[in-house]
Amino acid sequence: MDLHKLTIHELRELLANKEISVLELTEDVFKRIDDVEDKVKSFLTLTKEQALARAKDIDEKLAKGEKLGALAGIPVGIKDNICTEGVRTTCASKMLANFTPPYNATVMKKLESADAIMVGKTNMDEFAMGSSTENSAFFPTRNPWNLDRVPGGSSGGSAASVASDEVIFALGSDTGGSIRQPAAFCGVVGLKPTYGTVSRYGLIAFASSLDQIGPFTKDVTDCALVMNVITGHDDFDSTSVPMDHPDYTKFLINDIKGMRIGIPKEYFGEGIDPGVEAKIKEAIAKLEELGAIAEECSLPHTEYAMPAYYIIAPAEASSNLARYDGVRYGLRVEAEDVLTMFNRSRAQGFGTEVKRRIMLGTYALSSGYYDAYYLKALKVRNLVKQDFDRAFEKFDCLLTPIAPSVAFEFRSKADPLSMYKQDVCTIPINLAGLPALSLPYGLVDGMPVGLQLIGKPFDEGTLLRVAYTLEQNTDETRLKPVLGGSGR
Amino acid sequence: MKITMQDVEHVALLSRLELTDEEKEEQLVQLNKILEAMEVLNKVDTSNVEPLTHVLPLKNVLREDEYRDTLPKEKVLQNAPDQEEGMFKVPRII
Repeated sequence: MDLHKLTIHELRELLANKEISVLELTEDVFKRIDDVEDKVKSFLTLTKEQALARAKDIDEKLAKGEKLGALAGIPVGIKDNICTEGVRTTCASKMLANFTPPYNATVMKKLESADAIMVGKTNMDEFAMGSSTENSAFFPTRNPWNLDRVPGGSSGGSAASVASDEVIFALGSDTGGSIRQPAAFCGVVGLKPTYGTVSRYGLIAFASSLDQIGPFTKDVTDCALVMNVITGHDDFDSTSVPMDHPDYTKFLINDIKGMRIGIPKEYFGEGIDPGVEAKIKEAIAKLEELGAIAEECSLPHTEYAMPAYYIIAPAEASSNLARYDGVRYGLRVEAEDVLTMFNRSRAQGFGTEVKRRIMLGTYALSSGYYDAYYLKALKVRNLVKQDFDRAFEKFDCLLTPIAPSVAFEFRSKADPLSMYKQDVCTIPINLAGLPALSLPYGLVDGMPVGLQLIGKPFDEGTLLRVAYTLEQNTDETRLKPVLGGSGR
Repeated sequence: MKITMQDVEHVALLSRLELTDEEKEEQLVQLNKILEAMEVLNKVDTSNVEPLTHVLPLKNVLREDEYRDTLPKEKVLQNAPDQEEGMFKVPRII
């Protein structure tokens, strides 16, 4: 049986009924990796030995009838900016090429106590800065739908590994769209939770007021199952919100009658591929057919979100990345004096895009420019958030495209600004700290389209409900790639 | 505002990045392009708007000042590029 093709909930049932063993499942997943990894290149590190040992261990516990966690025996891929004790964590950077964390991120502790099995660390844009995974210092990951195209980014490895059935689910991080856009490009479900829902402890920091960890899954039910495990307050992350999170599976309801869905007009029209727009309009028509009330609305400050983000995120990054000085960990280039050592270690450790963002952020925070750039951007951020506050007085959720186009070809966005524009539909959500779900909805030119559902703070439930209803009533959300293309 | 080569060199120093001449040129061109795209923000009237640093209603999250276990020294030092007698070692500073 092709176990790697199944979902978490399907596998849980097979495991519970003892129709398969965890070892069989794990071996099947690694066989799949052997078959397709040469083409897709999702992983920076594989942890086969540890995974097989863990599988045997969980099988033994199952045989003894011990109570196991909610994700018992399920193989997972982890983005390589999430610290894994004893397993190299590189952030796809030369700076951390040899970094082995001495501790686990909180999400890793949670996955371990849920008895999930890590199969490896997934590729990404260096320090999560990028929208195509081309900025990995090691190699690019390819889109399983067409190996000549990018998988999106920055969590491209996580998205590609789920889409090509190399893992059953994966974790990524989203600062400006880094879960949702690759999920859309690869045709899988991705969720960026509300800021403060999932602990960031052990997530290597990019922009601390925007970063959030979330799941990549094959369907909406699996998304809810993973959310149940990874959410929760954490003493080690003072920005994790001290509140009880719901059982997310309670929102898997096939009914959206009377639900009010806002369609912000700024996310359509100029700059959006007509094929993508047509597909999103089809999804809206489907939701109306299922009883939802869709209505156009306006988020007037949308066009200012992207420029504000590209000041705020680099500003926070320039501060966060100051820690890489070649003293305690990371690359060191030896020099006679300590300042030259810092300057050279950072020059050789960081790639072009990372350097650009450090420079941009440092400039925006520097004396004389702070008010003109950074403070201005923070004020605009408030206006972007207030737009959403007003829209949610009237609507239960909002629906937009995830990205202006389907996955593009390698090296086609060489100019930094053209790459930054890939994030126009996803960035405003991070600025406002809201939850947003990326759901596949059909194909354009043989490539998956993603629709974005945006919710009120801590209302992931409504997003799951709308996505689940769509999934139950159309085939457009269930997409499987063919691993075609030359891959050059 | 256009940034100059002098600005690039000053920001590189603040950023602790040793850039080649070629990289400086590239940074000069790209940063100016990016900052030009940011000019659009000046169209927005923000005179009565508070800056928003983060979205949470949390403020000064504190915990009891009590002992907690920390990582053992050998784990803290396991990734050090250079060390001596249980300390991080760096080039001579004074």
